[in-house]
Amino acid sequence: MHMNRREFLQLLAVAAASGMALDSKSALAGNAPANFYDVPRHGNVSFMHFTDCHAQLLPVWFREPNVNLGVGDAVGKVPHLVGQHLLKAYGIKPGSAEAHAFTYLDFTEAARVYGKVGGFAHLKTLVDKIRAQRPGALLLDGGDTWQGSATSLWTNAQDMVDACIQLGVNVMTPHWESTFGAERVMEIVNKDFKKANIDFVAQNIITNDFGDQVFKPYTMKEMGGVKVAIVGQAFPYTPIANPRHMVPDWSFGIRDDNMQKWVNDARAKGAKVVIVLSHNGMDVDLKMASRVTGIDAIFGGHTHDGVPQPVKVKNAKGITLVTNAGSNGKFLGVMDFDVRGGKVQSYKYRLLPVFSNLLPADAAMDAYIKKVRAPYESKLSETLAVTDDFLYRRGNFNGTWDQLLVDAMMDVKGADAAFSPGFRWGTTLLPGDPITMERLMDQTAITYPQTTLTNMSGEMIKTIMEDVADNLFNADPYYQQGGDMVRVGGIEYTIAPNAKIGSRITSMSIKGKPVVANKTYKVAGWAPVAEGAQGEPIWDVVASYLRDKKVIKGLKLNEPKIVGVGTKNPGISGYQGSVS
Amino acid sequence: MNALRRNVLKSAAGAGAVAVAVAAGLLKPTQAMAAWNKAAFEAKNVGDAMKGIGAASPADSKDITIKAPDIAENGAVVPVEVTSGIAGTSSIAILAEKNGQPLVGTFDLTGGAQGFISTRIKMGQTSLVRAVVNAGGKTYTAAKEVKVTIGGCGG
Repeated sequence: MHMNRREFLQLLAVAAASGMALDSKSALAGNAPANFYDVPRHGNVSFMHFTDCHAQLLPVWFREPNVNLGVGDAVGKVPHLVGQHLLKAYGIKPGSAEAHAFTYLDFTEAARVYGKVGGFAHLKTLVDKIRAQRPGALLLDGGDTWQGSATSLWTNAQDMVDACIQLGVNVMTPHWESTFGAERVMEIVNKDFKKANIDFVAQNIITNDFGDQVFKPYTMKEMGGVKVAIVGQAFPYTPIANPRHMVPDWSFGIRDDNMQKWVNDARAKGAKVVIVLSHNGMDVDLKMASRVTGIDAIFGGHTHDGVPQPVKVKNAKGITLVTNAGSNGKFLGVMDFDVRGGKVQSYKYRLLPVFSNLLPADAAMDAYIKKVRAPYESKLSETLAVTDDFLYRRGNFNGTWDQLLVDAMMDVKGADAAFSPGFRWGTTLLPGDPITMERLMDQTAITYPQTTLTNMSGEMIKTIMEDVADNLFNADPYYQQGGDMVRVGGIEYTIAPNAKIGSRITSMSIKGKPVVANKTYKVAGWAPVAEGAQGEPIWDVVASYLRDKKVIKGLKLNEPKIVGVGTKNPGISGYQGSVS
Repeated sequence: MNALRRNVLKSAAGAGAVAVAVAAGLLKPTQAMAAWNKAAFEAKNVGDAMKGIGAASPADSKDITIKAPDIAENGAVVPVEVTSGIAGTSSIAILAEKNGQPLVGTFDLTGGAQGFISTRIKMGQTSLVRAVVNAGGKTYTAAKEVKVTIGGCGG
């Protein structure tokens, strides 16, 4: 079944030569796959869902991971399928547009044929098209919308707030939004969103002092005479994974019991469909769906898993559908329910890739984006270097973009080793692309960008790596925080994901010599969560490195040796390092 | 309403809330100090602390519910609630097993008080948080793990 690489490349060449490339006008006129966005309506209650767009207003490249390991009960299960394993599980044809959207396979070649993904002007066209067939359909924003680009950082999130209002968002729940600070969040919710009638919901954010709800736990809407409730679930570990001092008065957490209470409350008030708009991450959502009853579907995000179809999770009183809608504006989830006799009878779900060449830009949104970017264009478009290498971030252990960041930090700061957070956002660059300031900011635009240089004992280095590994690979999803492993420059190591905390990381070495527990090493890092940290912003450090290098070529990806996951694990494919 | 409650407390704090509370009989420091169990509170391990509160070998109980975060947001103030459904519950103790001094507090419940306490505890590292209930002269226990992590690096 699986096409080999040569066959695939031949197919692409033929497609391009015969005018079938997706950027051709004929594709839009009705030839395959122009019916891509013909999505007939099913039933009478519909939702659209996008999540984790990370403030990407314009079309981008975004490569899906080739390493996304499941642990505990999640081994080899959705969403821990990569590459051909994912295609097989969902019956997606290799070499197709969907295969390109959902996997990393032959990314650079396929990207040149299928073009960029996302962009709010293109997303707007798709949202309007879907909405035209489904009057009253609600658009849900799963969060991580205000952070991830230079312009969102420089406008204090205002560019995204106005873009979302214009897009027609109805309901939202947060994660990275909180890193603009509690006051800024409240300002947007109480002014911009209130005026635009957007509900900001989060059942699991309460005050630290009395445990009062900070935001509405849920909102009730009506669609074609059917009452529907949307409960918000913010990222539960915001004050741990991000700086707590930015939301000092708020407590988060998963709060199953509170969730059950609000679901019951919504049902008691007449909701026939109950949706959870979640930023838990998919593994946490799957566990929550097995414990909390009365939810028809959880629309999830955070872990950036592009999952073509929902997972059906059984619980004590029925079945809950769990979805995850990818990231970076790549996808729009469309869920149709047939609701009759007071309950959901059936559903139809699609996770539509947003191919910007197949969706003409909405003129008003396009004009808005141009206007909001105008003051920053010259800064954004500065070319810092050109990359000969393929630059991407996603994957459990490392990406070439992160390798570039840790290489730059070690070089500029004179460090023995460097740590870069395991963020899952950040766009992709194809070989030959210029690295502009904008693309560098895609990897680094956060409100706590300080770089640090710290003397650490070997023991401390291991403790940090063990701690982060446990946040990723704890067998219980409720202890997982949804990021990837910290990116490590300068230190080679072996990891056993299925081991317990304290014994996952072994064979650590620096420049071929074993890391010694009581020896001191100079370690560079960025994104400190402690209050008052000082240091040059990461983008300045990397920009100076890039300007100096001019061409990025031959990056050596430092990937750990992985043990104990098996050579047939469907969560890993095409790994350059050793796997057993 | 809640904002009002918060403001009332803020202004009370301005006027010396603790003194006000003591004067009103809400807090009885002498009573609390009289019950100080030095040996138990200063014990350096769980075994000694349990012995100190007369619970050398408590029975595991499913009627004790511990509500605490899976991962602490701030190890300095971890919210912990213990509910005991055991009839005749007369005291509830909380221990953070890996703290230097594991016994965090003991709460005596009298006059048919509900078996419920809510407090905040300090934790230095990932550990089991254990509740020990005394009811009718017998002791019962349950535990829940609370993780204390370095933080950062999330999604």
